[in-house]
Amino acid sequence: MATLQLKNITKQFGDTKVIKGIDLDVNDREFVVFVGPSGCGKSTLMRMIAGLESASDGDILIDGKRMNEVGPADRGLAMVFQSYALYPHMTVEGNMGFSMRLAGVPKEERRAKVLEAAKILQLEPLLDRKPKALSGGQRQRVAIGRAIVRNPSIFLFDEPLSNLDAALRVQMRIELARLHEELDATMIYVTHDQIEAMTMADKIVVLHDGVVEQVGSPMALYHHPRNRFVAGFIGSPKMNFFTVEQQSIGDDGVTVRLPGGRPCTIPVAGEQLASDEALELGIRPEHLQLDENGPLSGQIKVLERLGGQTSLYVQMGELLITIMADGDVAYRVNDTVQFSFAAERAHLFDAQGLALESLSQHPLASLTRQDNRAATEPAAPGAQV
Amino acid sequence: MTTHRNSAPAHTRSLPVRQLVLTLLGWSIALIIFFPILWMVLTGFKTETAAIADPSFLFSPTLESYQEVQARSGYARFALNSIAVAFGSTFLALLIAIPSAYAMAFLPTKRTKGTLLWMLSTKMLPPVGVLVPIYLIFRDVGLLDTRTGLIIIYTLMNLPIVVWMLYTFFKDMPKDILEAGRMDGASTLQEVFFLLLPLTLPGIASTGLLSVILSWNEAFWSLNLTSSKAAPLTAYIASFSSPEGLFWAKLSAASTMAIAPILILGWMTQKQMVRGLTFGAVK
Ligand SMILES: Nc1ncnc2c1ncn2[C@@H]1O[C@H](COP(=O)(O)OP(=O)(O)OP(=O)(O)O)[C@@H](O)[C@H]1O
Ligand SMILES: [Mg+2]
Repeated sequence: MATLQLKNITKQFGDTKVIKGIDLDVNDREFVVFVGPSGCGKSTLMRMIAGLESASDGDILIDGKRMNEVGPADRGLAMVFQSYALYPHMTVEGNMGFSMRLAGVPKEERRAKVLEAAKILQLEPLLDRKPKALSGGQRQRVAIGRAIVRNPSIFLFDEPLSNLDAALRVQMRIELARLHEELDATMIYVTHDQIEAMTMADKIVVLHDGVVEQVGSPMALYHHPRNRFVAGFIGSPKMNFFTVEQQSIGDDGVTVRLPGGRPCTIPVAGEQLASDEALELGIRPEHLQLDENGPLSGQIKVLERLGGQTSLYVQMGELLITIMADGDVAYRVNDTVQFSFAAERAHLFDAQGLALESLSQHPLASLTRQDNRAATEPAAPGAQV
Repeated sequence: MTTHRNSAPAHTRSLPVRQLVLTLLGWSIALIIFFPILWMVLTGFKTETAAIADPSFLFSPTLESYQEVQARSGYARFALNSIAVAFGSTFLALLIAIPSAYAMAFLPTKRTKGTLLWMLSTKMLPPVGVLVPIYLIFRDVGLLDTRTGLIIIYTLMNLPIVVWMLYTFFKDMPKDILEAGRMDGASTLQEVFFLLLPLTLPGIASTGLLSVILSWNEAFWSLNLTSSKAAPLTAYIASFSSPEGLFWAKLSAASTMAIAPILILGWMTQKQMVRGLTFGAVK
């Protein structure tokens, strides 16, 4: 059992407030991912949970017990650093066994535990090497191994894969997902990488400028972003935003005038809207379809063929719109294209950038990773993308 | 002392001409620096008359001066004092400086930089400025002409440099390695002994070595605060320039014997030393 609760956590460095009051519940065995732009306070938050940084205010509870004044080693958690932070003068075995050596565990017992962890991570042949003689991926595994032998109830990962190349990253991602399964531990994970966040998380926490913008399952965040920031941050390529004029508000949604003049009714609740409030329409590139009768049109400026898909960058007045189209569309640069979208795929944001609530929930929005797995058994964990 | 090695540009693989010029330049500078030492060593092997005659490399070497120097005063006693004082003060300085540098490097405050600069600024005061008060204090507490007294003075003398150097080495140490140690349950003391010291050993070694050399070669305080019992080798050299006038050959012989141990130490550890002193630059 390991739960984590943050209650109104703040952190101040000198006069600058970096974390501005964060509340968060992490359930037992949950895989929670922190995402957010650089400098938003992800590492700081994680370091406060770890005990490497003190919280300026608020409570950190692990299994219901207040931990603010407890030292990092006594909180029952282990951290994997982005730089790995291996001890360069110790062998792999020495690195992994260091915590036990400090705790005075006898040598035999230490070795047994290290071997056990080394087996999980396929590090057995490397136990006598120094970190310098290891590849990036191997170092990464040693860093994880060092965390495993401590038998923590919560694992903390601060961008653990960001120093690896793309192929290795995919491999380690799958390995971490497997590890989460195997160890039955609670994991908190910081990343910049969309795919890591979407595939690994039970729960994504979107941070921005020291506050939580939204907490939810990957599918909930994708289909029902709470505001414009989350909408733009989750999903790749980024969501397109259009400024639109409000026409009428009805039971079936808000009717707006699209760029180009055609009306469109978006099925969202608009009771609270002021009648002249400026609105923004958000549509993901993958939800725009090329359509000869589409209400929107623009000129193709850049065309990227990825094989299975083609990204079109389309100039629409001032805006450059991204469209993910089929792999074999026949268009060329400078062609003018018409496109459309399904109204229920569109998002509408008010003047404050808050999303208007959808009239219907997306069927996958409440999907958890567990459901996903049950449906696709026996596929390898992490393989669902 | 060790310059003739590190000025050779062994690592540059550029134009041969450029390399040749640099090599020649390096050797010339090294030779200029090394020449007085060479001359001193040579003079030590001359007779007194040859020593004051026209400078010449051609002479018949003799151990006469060495024998006389040995006969007149116990080299060993002075050497022992030098060793005790140089190593004692270095040990003490490291003992004090390691915790201070740790605090400054890893737990800095707004005033850390200022404190460091202030410490270094004390080195700008001419020592003679505090000679009288220190002499009087030493006299009153009975530290005159004692090794303890010299060790205290040398420790204080070297502390600013030792703290400063250790601070720069510690600062280069990746912080997350120490943090990983803390997550693994290391106390501050364990952090220092298991992680910080092993990883900054080259830096600490070269700092210690520098402190030993500075203490070994120090003359001002040793001449003023010791007379016979605790006098180190610098005082021993000085004793050859006194009342009867200058005897170049004997003075040179005594000087050679005085600097020989530290020269050998420096030569044996020059790799360590260079590595330590360029530690930060290379990383
Ligand atoms: N010790 C410190 N003193 C002062 N400011 C700090 C300190 N540590 C972090 N900050 C500031 O706090 C903010 C958040 O930093 P943090 O490292 O948590 O960001 P991050 O979200 O992890 O960014 P990245 O994605 O780039 O790793 C930054 O603006 C940073 O400059
Ligand atoms: Mg970070």
